[in-house]
Amino acid sequence: MSNDFQSWGRFPAAPHQKAVAWRDRRHMPMLGDGPVLARGNGRSYGDVCLNDGGTLLTTRALDKFILFDAEAGELVCEPGVLLSDILDLIVPKGWFLPVVPGTRLVTVGGAIANDVHGKNHHRFGTFGTNVLDFRLLRSDGTALSCSRDENAELFTATIGGLGLTGLIAEVRLKLRPIASSYLEGEQFRFDTLDEFFALSEGSEASHEYTAAWIDCLAEGDRLGRGHFMRANHAADGGLDPATRSLPLAVPLTPPLSLVTRVSLRVFNTLYYERQRVHEVSRRWHFDPYLFPLDSIANWNRLYGPKGFLQYQCVVPDNEARAASAELLKEISRSGQGSPLVVFKTFGDVASPGLLSFPMKGATLALDFPILGKRTFELLDRLDGIVAEAGGRLYPAKDARMSVEMFEKGFPALDRFMKQIDPAFESGFQRRVMGRA
Amino acid sequence: MTRIVIFGATSAIAQAAARQWAAAGGACFVLVGRNETALGDIAADLTARGAEDVIAKPADLAVLDGLSRLCAEAEEALGGIDIALIAHGVLPDQVEVTASADNLLENLGVNALSPAALMVEFGRLMKDRGHGSLVVISSVAGDRGRPSNWAYGGAKAMLSVMGEGMGLELDSAGVNVVVVKPGFVDTPMTADFPKGPLWASADQVAGAIVRAVGKRRNGVIYAPAWWRFVMLIVRFAPAFIVRRL
Ligand SMILES: Cc1cc2nc3c(=O)[nH]c(=O)nc-3n(C[C@H](O)[C@H](O)[C@H](O)COP(=O)(O)OP(=O)(O)OC[C@H]3O[C@@H](n4cnc5c(N)ncnc54)[C@H](O)[C@@H]3O)c2cc1C
Repeated sequence: MSNDFQSWGRFPAAPHQKAVAWRDRRHMPMLGDGPVLARGNGRSYGDVCLNDGGTLLTTRALDKFILFDAEAGELVCEPGVLLSDILDLIVPKGWFLPVVPGTRLVTVGGAIANDVHGKNHHRFGTFGTNVLDFRLLRSDGTALSCSRDENAELFTATIGGLGLTGLIAEVRLKLRPIASSYLEGEQFRFDTLDEFFALSEGSEASHEYTAAWIDCLAEGDRLGRGHFMRANHAADGGLDPATRSLPLAVPLTPPLSLVTRVSLRVFNTLYYERQRVHEVSRRWHFDPYLFPLDSIANWNRLYGPKGFLQYQCVVPDNEARAASAELLKEISRSGQGSPLVVFKTFGDVASPGLLSFPMKGATLALDFPILGKRTFELLDRLDGIVAEAGGRLYPAKDARMSVEMFEKGFPALDRFMKQIDPAFESGFQRRVMGRA
Repeated sequence: MTRIVIFGATSAIAQAAARQWAAAGGACFVLVGRNETALGDIAADLTARGAEDVIAKPADLAVLDGLSRLCAEAEEALGGIDIALIAHGVLPDQVEVTASADNLLENLGVNALSPAALMVEFGRLMKDRGHGSLVVISSVAGDRGRPSNWAYGGAKAMLSVMGEGMGLELDSAGVNVVVVKPGFVDTPMTADFPKGPLWASADQVAGAIVRAVGKRRNGVIYAPAWWRFVMLIVRFAPAFIVRRL
C-alpha cells in the first residue's frame, strides 16, 4: 500500500497507511479505528495528503458531474473530478475555470482543501474564492450545506482547511466565460529583481496571467535574472480543449537525482540565454502555457529515490523586494535548488479561507532535491527570512516547517481549530497542529 | 441521433463507454441497472457531458421473466435502438458459487442466461429494422477453463460463442455484433486484486468498444488488443501450465 500513496515530493515516507475507496457521495464510508483523511490525486508535495498509521479515503471514484449550466456558467460536481475533466467539458462551450494551479491533474476536493492559486491571483483570487457552495460530511453523521450564508464558519474553515474539517462531497463552482482557448501575451527577459517588480506591477492592470521563472543560481549583479511571462485570453482561435497526445513519461526512478549542481547550472544558463531579445510577443494554447509540466508524466521521479522538497513562501508587499533578494542570495550561495522556479506577485483579492495561503506580496516556489541535512538547514535559514518579513509557507508544498513557523504564519489558526472534525488527521496536522 | 440502451449501466466499463458516447454528441440513453440512486447519478453525469436524453430504468437483471418486456420498453422509450450494450455480470467467488447446484444456477442466471436472452431479443429487433450494433461484454476468462474461475469463464464462453455466431448470421441483415473480451480491468469489481502492468483502465476498454461500434466491426475484440496474443498462447498452452494460472 505504501508505494501507492506517496505525496508528490515522495517525502516523507508513510508506510503504514490503509486506503479505502469512498464511493457514495451521500455517505461517509464506515470509519474503522484510527484517524481518516480524504485523498485526492496526491499532487500535494508534502504530508497534507498523507496519513501514516491511519486511513486514506480516496475520492477519485467520485468523478461525476451533477449539473452543468452552460447558460449561467455554473458547474456542480463530485469532489474527485479532476480539473482536467472539467476543462474538457466546459472549454468547448466557452467557459473556463476562474482559477487553475500549475497542473490540471488535481481534484476539486484537493483544490478547495488547499485553496489553490494560479497565475491570475490578482484577478480572480484563489480557487475557494470562486466556490459558491458545497456539502460537507462530518463524522457525526451530519451532512451540511456550506456557503457564505449557511454554516459560514465551516465554509471558511474548509476552504484551505487541509482536509481536516470533514469530507467535501458536492461542489458548486462559478465559471468564467472565454472566447477562445488561446492566450496572447509577451515574454520578457529581465536581468534584475527590480526589473521583475517593475514588469509585474506594470502588467497587473493589463494582463490576467503573470509569472516569472528565475535562475536560482545567478549571483551578484545577475541575482534575480529570469523570464517574465504575461498573457490574456485571446478573442479568437476556436475553443478546442487541449489536443493532448500521450504525455512523455519518466518510466522509473533513477538511483540518484538527475538534478545536480552541474546539470542545474548548465540548464539554467541555457534556459536563460534561450531568449536573446528583451521582449517577444507570443500566442499559446492554454494547455502548454498554464500546465507546462503535465506533458511529462511522473517527472517527480527525476529527483531520485530520496525525493525532494518544494519550498513555497509568500512575503508581504512592503517587504517583498528586500526579502526576495535575501532569499535568492541564500539559495544561490548554497548551490542547491532546481530549474523549477516560479516567482510571482499575489494581488489583494481576499479568499474566504481561514488558512488560505496567498496574501498580497511576492511568492517564490522552487524544488530542492533532498541532499540530506544541508538541504533542511538551508530551508530553515529561508524560514528565518520569511518569518522576519512577516510571511508564511504553503502547507500544500510543505513537509518540514516547524510548529512556530506554522503558528506565526496563520493567525486565524485558533478559529480554524474549533472547526476540525475529530475523526480527521493528517501527517501535516500531527506535525504542526499536534498540540490541539 | 444515436439511441443507446445499456444493461448493467452502473458497471465501470459501461459508464466509461456511455461518457464517450455522450461527449461525442447526439446520444440518447436508456440505462438499466439495479441501483436507482446510482442510475440517477449516472443520468445526471451523462446529461452534463452532452447526452440529449437519459432515461433510467431500475430493474434486477437476474430476474429472467421480465427481460423481454424490458427490451420492448427500451425500444419504445427511444423509438428504436441503435446500440445495445450488455454489460452486466458479477465476478463470483469460485468456492461459493460451486458449493451447490443452486448457487451455480443462480450465478449462471445473471452471468449467462440473462445476457443471452437480451442478445436474442435485440438481435431480432435489430434484424427486423435492418440495422444496429449489439455489444456484449464477455471476458478472456471464457477462452480457456482455469481451475480458479471456470464457473465465471463458462458463462462468458457461452456469450462469446453466441455473439460470434450471431454476428456471422446477422451481418447480411445490417447488424453487427461485437464480443468484447477485456483483460484485467481496474474496476470496483477487481478492487481487492493487486495490480500489475497487465491491468487496463475502464476508460481504455470503453475506448476500444466505442471505436469498434463506430467502425461497425463484427466479431471478437480484445481490449486492450494485445490480449489476443496473450490468449492465443494461453489457448494452446498445455494443461500443466494452465493448471497454475
Ligand atoms: C506540477 C504541480 C504544479 C502545482 N502548481 C500549483 C500552483 O500553481 N498553485 C497551487 O496552489 N498549487 C499548486 N500545486 C499543488 C496542488 O495544486 C495542490 O496540492 C492540490 O491541492 C492537489 O490536489 P489533489 O487532488 O492532488 O489533492 P491531494 O494532494 O490528494 O490532497 C490535498 C488535500 O486535499 C484534501 N482533500 C482532497 N479531497 C478532499 C475532499 N473531498 N474533502 C476534503 N478534503 C479533501 C486532502 O485531505 C489533502 O489535505 C501544484 C502541484 C504540482 C504537482
